[in-house]
Amino acid sequence: MYFTEGSPIADQRVPAGPIETRWDRRRFSARLVNPANRRNRSVIVVGTGLAGGSAAATLGELGYQVKSFCYQDSPRRAHSIAAQGGINAAKNYRNDGDSVHRLFYDTVKGGDFRSRESNVHRLAQVSVEIIDQCVAQGVPFAREYGGLLDTRSFGGAQVSRTFYARGQTGQQLLLGAYQALERQVAAGRVEMHPRTEMLDLIVVDGRARGIVVRDLVSGAVSTHFADAVVLATGGYGNVFHLSTNAKGCNATAIWRAHRRGALFANPCFTQIHPTCIPISGDHQSKLTLMSESLRNDGRVWVPRDRNDTRAPNDIPEADRDYFLERMYPAFGNLVPRDIASRAAKNISDEKRGVYLDFADAIARLGALAVEQRYGNLFEMYQRITGDDPYRTPMRIYPAVHYTMGGLWVDYDLRSTIPGLFVIGEANFSDHGANRLGASALMQGLADGYFVLPGVIGDYLADAPFGPVDDSHPMVADTVSEVRGRVKTLLAVDGDRTVESFHRELGRLMWDECGMERDEAGLRKALERIPELREEFWQRVKVPGTGERLNQELEKAGRVADFFELAELMCVDALHRRESCGGHFRSESQTEDGEALRDDANFSYVAAWEYTGVGRPPVLHKEELVFEHVTPSTRSYA
Amino acid sequence: MKLTLRIWRQSGATGRLVEYVLDDLSPDMSFLEMLDVLNERLITEGQEPVAFDHDCREGICGMCGLMINGMAHGPEKATTACQLHLRHFRDGDVVTVEPWRAEPFPVVRDLVVDRSAFDRIVAAGGYVSVPAGSAPDAHATPVPKPDADTAFEAAACIGCGACVAACPNGSAMLFTAAKATHLGVLPQGQPERYSRARDMVAEHDASGFGGCTNTGECTSACPKGIPLTTIARLNADLLRAHTTRSDR
Repeated sequence: MYFTEGSPIADQRVPAGPIETRWDRRRFSARLVNPANRRNRSVIVVGTGLAGGSAAATLGELGYQVKSFCYQDSPRRAHSIAAQGGINAAKNYRNDGDSVHRLFYDTVKGGDFRSRESNVHRLAQVSVEIIDQCVAQGVPFAREYGGLLDTRSFGGAQVSRTFYARGQTGQQLLLGAYQALERQVAAGRVEMHPRTEMLDLIVVDGRARGIVVRDLVSGAVSTHFADAVVLATGGYGNVFHLSTNAKGCNATAIWRAHRRGALFANPCFTQIHPTCIPISGDHQSKLTLMSESLRNDGRVWVPRDRNDTRAPNDIPEADRDYFLERMYPAFGNLVPRDIASRAAKNISDEKRGVYLDFADAIARLGALAVEQRYGNLFEMYQRITGDDPYRTPMRIYPAVHYTMGGLWVDYDLRSTIPGLFVIGEANFSDHGANRLGASALMQGLADGYFVLPGVIGDYLADAPFGPVDDSHPMVADTVSEVRGRVKTLLAVDGDRTVESFHRELGRLMWDECGMERDEAGLRKALERIPELREEFWQRVKVPGTGERLNQELEKAGRVADFFELAELMCVDALHRRESCGGHFRSESQTEDGEALRDDANFSYVAAWEYTGVGRPPVLHKEELVFEHVTPSTRSYA
Repeated sequence: MKLTLRIWRQSGATGRLVEYVLDDLSPDMSFLEMLDVLNERLITEGQEPVAFDHDCREGICGMCGLMINGMAHGPEKATTACQLHLRHFRDGDVVTVEPWRAEPFPVVRDLVVDRSAFDRIVAAGGYVSVPAGSAPDAHATPVPKPDADTAFEAAACIGCGACVAACPNGSAMLFTAAKATHLGVLPQGQPERYSRARDMVAEHDASGFGGCTNTGECTSACPKGIPLTTIARLNADLLRAHTTRSDR
């Protein structure tokens, strides 16, 4: 057997009572740390994206001693910066029927009924405060002529609740968080460590007490200690090699924490985004997303004839199939990402074009209005492809974009290691089996500005937890493991580059654990990944030394962890013999080719326990209870 | 296509240009993908790859920054190095690649420089002091659309440092002015408007950046097209900061 089953997860720390008041009651029941004592409580935050940046800033504002870490040269560069389209909030400024309950409902349904109701409801509640906070910080959201905020629609919603700043919403929100963070750096409450990578978690007497890091410039390996550790290190889409993630995005922090005892939930839930720029050749190093907001006005079509090789503008209207509008008349081009990606894949292939066409929008609104809405996205497309989308339809293809899975957390965002909190994309919590567009920014900021600061005091109220330093045997062991690993990577001195291994792993994962999975393919991947991993440790070539900036060494450590995580993703995908959201098992589909859930057997979160490299992990189930949204067949038709 | 690259290599206090010839390049490659190809070859040959900063490769994170034939981010207007494609070069071209050159941006290795001075400028005042939880409703203060648009235009700065690299004085005035303008035209940024200008410029000067003499190289090199008028606005705010009460 490729896994064993352990005890179910009994306690999610969810308060009882009506869902609308659970967050209020939890905030009241959570113990506080008084302001004078906060100065003596310390927190490490790893990652400076929307979740980590906002958390570090807010904990600093509250008076805790914070240390913040990122691998980039500045906290402002975390990959949240690249999010384009927008951020959802249940403000109902449009009077179009939106409410906290509707955002909650849309998110649970959008996630294909695989998320925890209480967390999602809290997210919808907090969404409202996020917009207020960001506006007060000076985030230049799009506005209408009356001076009020503009909104637009995103996939999976029939209301207009997405706030945006042209096609650079992530950038503007992140700069808001970054500026708040720098303010705390100046105030001496946050100590910033850029170009520093977490390579392991320090667990002492059952509590997370610190991290082992490598200074990427000097190469020095050192320790940092605190009363609590917060991981905000993003998702693991780069397992697939080609994704819309930044090149440096990696899973090392969460994977190392998993190896130290944190359960990893739903690793197979990955999101494939339908509108990315297609691959142009073997040199391709990453994929670029075209925002989902484009589907507000762009129409998606394929040539009716699979063998039609004409240029898109030469294909007359009658020979085009606007398949999303045809298959899903209620939501049209704005169906959720998993649905759109799969429909595009079923109807096309890598050779043939899927087009996103603005001709109608330009005729209806004028080129100027289209430019105001999407100008920077059109420019980006033109820079990469050399084609002008004002005149020629964009060619699009699906690409790995986001990972719903992540470290398991309870209602308080605690992992299964006491003192280890996980926020943002790094946790599994709110999006179930599919995330709706414009909800990642919402979750990152909800966790960082409001949720974590609201509950972390309850844990820190028990501190201090006793002294730790480098002489503690657990600390010394962890440090020597990290040093040993760095040394081994450098010592192999083989004949294959890290990049070639990453490419091969990525291709395998895309083929067997990508948009569509089946038993035979997953079993094949589970045979091949360990072979490839073995080969990596025999043949990888990492030039240079560990005592200075060595980007190949950084990459090698990250890819080594991707191998182990890839295996867990395949195990999870193989064991979940149902289709749901982004996880599509070809054995489980309706007659129309839509995902067929199996609620009787799989209405649970699969949280995996690590038992050793290449050894069967242990499955712990968290049963999902739906009291407010009745699981139904997800229909967007 | 074929390109001859002359790349700055530096591991200690000094460096030099080293020549590499690459055949078999595709015009669809980005400039950084070309460096990937070179690095794969160097590693296979047992040599050290060229260190360069990069991350998102979508022109938004601001991590990449290369002087390409003496131009910050290369020859294309409003384009970062990661978004520059080889179709803009000719087969057989010789291309010189260097790091940003400015005293406050010391070279770390090869093409990698230390831009932490930018973080210090922001920390000196590039924010609105509004702790989480203290915000009024987002619609409490309407913002005229032209102001919001001006703020956005300035806020689009990615902090890459091209303005500094392009400036003959090594000035970071465009970077500083972009932040002062972004926050200074919004109602939310008014209470700290003048102290922000004063404190950011003080940190700018202390970090060793040069003064602005209105050459305009910065704005023409800026991949986000931050306008020179931001500097005029910063100077106006600065003047007011220094001519009114010292606590403003």
